[in-house]
Amino acid sequence: MSTSELETHAYDVVVIGAGGAGLRAAIASHESGARTAIVCKSLLGKAHTVMAEGGIAAAMGNVWPDDNWRVHFRDTMRGGKMLNHWRMAQLHAQEAPDRVLELEEWGALFDRTKDGLISQRDFGGHRYARLAHVGDRTGLEMIRTLQQRAVALGIDVFMECTVTKLLKDVDRIAGAFGYWRDSGRFVMFEAPAVVLATGGIGKSYRVTSNSWEYTGDGHALALDAGASLVNMEFVQFHPTGMVWPPSVRGILVTESVRGDGGVLRNSEGKRFMFDYIPEFFKGETADSEAEADRWYEDKKNNRRPPELLPRDEVARAINSEIKAGRGSPHDGIFLDIASRRDAAFIQRRLPSMYHQFKELADVDITAEAMEIGPTCHYVMGGVEVDPDTGVSVVPGLYAAGEVAGGMHGSNRLGGNSLSDLLVFGRRAGLHAGYFAYRHRRRPVRVHQQQVNAAAEAAVAPFAQDGGENPYTLQRELQEVMQELVGIIRTEDELTESLRKLADLRRRAGELSVEGHRQYNPGWHLALDLPNMLTVSECIAMAALERTESRGGHTREDFPGTDESWGGINLILTNDAGGELSLQRQDLPRMPDELHELFEVK
Amino acid sequence: MGYPLSMRLWRGDRDGGALQDFTVEVEEGEVVLDAIHRVQATQAGDLAVRWNCKAGKCGSCSAEINGRSRLMCMTRLSDFGHEDVITVTPLRAFPVVRDLVTDVSYNYVKARELPAFAPTPPDADGKRRMMQQDVERGQEFRKCIECFLCQNTCHVIRDHEENKPAFAGPRFFLRYAELDMHPLDTHDRRELAQSAAGIGLCNITKCCTEVCPENIKITDNAIIPMKERVVDRKYDPLVWLGTKIRRRDDRTEL
Repeated sequence: MSTSELETHAYDVVVIGAGGAGLRAAIASHESGARTAIVCKSLLGKAHTVMAEGGIAAAMGNVWPDDNWRVHFRDTMRGGKMLNHWRMAQLHAQEAPDRVLELEEWGALFDRTKDGLISQRDFGGHRYARLAHVGDRTGLEMIRTLQQRAVALGIDVFMECTVTKLLKDVDRIAGAFGYWRDSGRFVMFEAPAVVLATGGIGKSYRVTSNSWEYTGDGHALALDAGASLVNMEFVQFHPTGMVWPPSVRGILVTESVRGDGGVLRNSEGKRFMFDYIPEFFKGETADSEAEADRWYEDKKNNRRPPELLPRDEVARAINSEIKAGRGSPHDGIFLDIASRRDAAFIQRRLPSMYHQFKELADVDITAEAMEIGPTCHYVMGGVEVDPDTGVSVVPGLYAAGEVAGGMHGSNRLGGNSLSDLLVFGRRAGLHAGYFAYRHRRRPVRVHQQQVNAAAEAAVAPFAQDGGENPYTLQRELQEVMQELVGIIRTEDELTESLRKLADLRRRAGELSVEGHRQYNPGWHLALDLPNMLTVSECIAMAALERTESRGGHTREDFPGTDESWGGINLILTNDAGGELSLQRQDLPRMPDELHELFEVK
Repeated sequence: MGYPLSMRLWRGDRDGGALQDFTVEVEEGEVVLDAIHRVQATQAGDLAVRWNCKAGKCGSCSAEINGRSRLMCMTRLSDFGHEDVITVTPLRAFPVVRDLVTDVSYNYVKARELPAFAPTPPDADGKRRMMQQDVERGQEFRKCIECFLCQNTCHVIRDHEENKPAFAGPRFFLRYAELDMHPLDTHDRRELAQSAAGIGLCNITKCCTEVCPENIKITDNAIIPMKERVVDRKYDPLVWLGTKIRRRDDRTEL
């Protein structure tokens, strides 16, 4: 393919992804003066952020004046079992309030306190009520606000355009190559800086809250471009996904149900979470129903209900109850708010949950309990980045949001994702713009052979007749990850998963797709599959290596948290031969003045 | 229990197309989008369909199901009998790209024509104060998931391509109303709602409200009040006189 027939655009910064992180990055990049483009797989405003429900965690102190960034920082680190990059957790806690206020300046309409300030709600692992929210559709409010801001600024958006390859000029980023979904035609972006904001990996699992876009594209693009991934073994299974009917299995049920007073019960009607309070959280968790119930009104003199332990703890407990035969009729557990709050309260605070259960499951959540179970929700691991700038080890390549790693350690607290997107989206966009400016006299050059190779790889599935069906392969991949690299892991199963993934990788080289290049979902899936396989291999490899249980990584054969693992990150890179390679690396050490926050008072 | 479902799906592109028959096994509790995905995975790998969340939250999978504008992910098979044929066609108000996917860029063009929110400065502590009852009207409109079913159903543009340049459609009347009712906005877009967005062309048949999957009362709560506000500004002699003597509000007219 000659360059003359290839649609080509030149920008200072190209942002891949248009969820919260991508949009916030593009706004920051644009405002820094950089010529900025957003490239996204879906229509603008449809990215996965739209599904976030509960809220944005930010220590604004609107409801509890005692709240401040230090408390939020401490909660975040403890929720991540201290494996978070301390500097990311610090920046996040410090800057989140400003990022929320900024959304309001751009038109967001948050729920209010009696004084007219932004209201804040309770969530798991957070000491104070600190989630800014709009009912239970906060993500929609956030994405629409950012989308409208980006539109108002006139930022160029390439919608339904998928990037398949990052281009490089020696060691630097030189741009990105992709295709238009509607026409199937190729497009190239020349840019000295690229921000990855592609989200997560959930579509590698059968039961997930994630949408089709979550195929690990950014993780795989980064590895391919020479960047490193950190702690991919940590995958969050959200404790409460729908389980019935089968077609909705995995769809998220917001943690706000518990934040607003909902409790978990087994088939015997027991609030079983009291039996699962780990030593690590005993000091801050109520040990009686009476204390737990008092906490909603009086946080000073009471400890948090165990239903609001961090998600990894709750998901494991639910899993154990179901395995012990105390589950609900459809292999879930009961989430009950109907008996705890009146119907008007539930409909006002949880309108979209009410709607979702009514429409999809014929369940009236103001009158009966919901059936729920764990669902793959979030990957804590991701591209290893510099906390302050979001730059990866590849000059010009930035990452923010779910695709970046380190911020959440081994487990993310609810509400910390939307704030993460805003804080680090802004930082990555700003620094990418700054990088492009600093390098304005040293332009990058796109190498034709890279473009040709990317184009050839993209059309390869059309060249083959009688090969594998991509939909079948995706289903098999999801089975492997669900069954062998799921919420509870063992050495034998992880070893088997790697063998099966290698076999799927071989078969993915023999895919066939029917039809032509115009809006062809079979072809699109065939191009997403290698990315899904790459992130799956990363997760399985790292999970096999880490012989302990911590946060979102539970090894049945190593059930305890092992202090010797507490200071170790697992780093994945592509070696010279294109094979995945795994190294151990020391966790960055927290300065003493922050360390003091964790000493027992 | 599973059963074989008969479907007729429109297949084609800009140059034309036709309904094609499929029979697919479906299960209890499934929605139309599940059935279409199974057709895709087993019978027509290149069947084009746009979707994202499959939970009624993103507004991507809009189509016409047995002639009605609906989200495929929120249309349950149990709403139909086992013997019924389900026919799915692309949105009619927008050009077809391929199969069930349409080019909805009209809506994104209209979004760009709408001047953004411009708030008053924050209070001394850097925060803004608004009462819950004052934000609730806007919050209803901001539930909009941009599925564009209201746009597709609105007869001003549904069969009248020629009206599109002068008419923004119900989705954007919601947005005009939201901003006009925002307690802190400093811009007055009433003139634009009339001249640029063409709210006067709407004759309140409420078709948009009927198809809204978020149950937003588009006509009653947004369009009619917005029409009244536009008219107030233009024709009410007392208001007109008032604006000459003393400014009715401090907003800047756009």
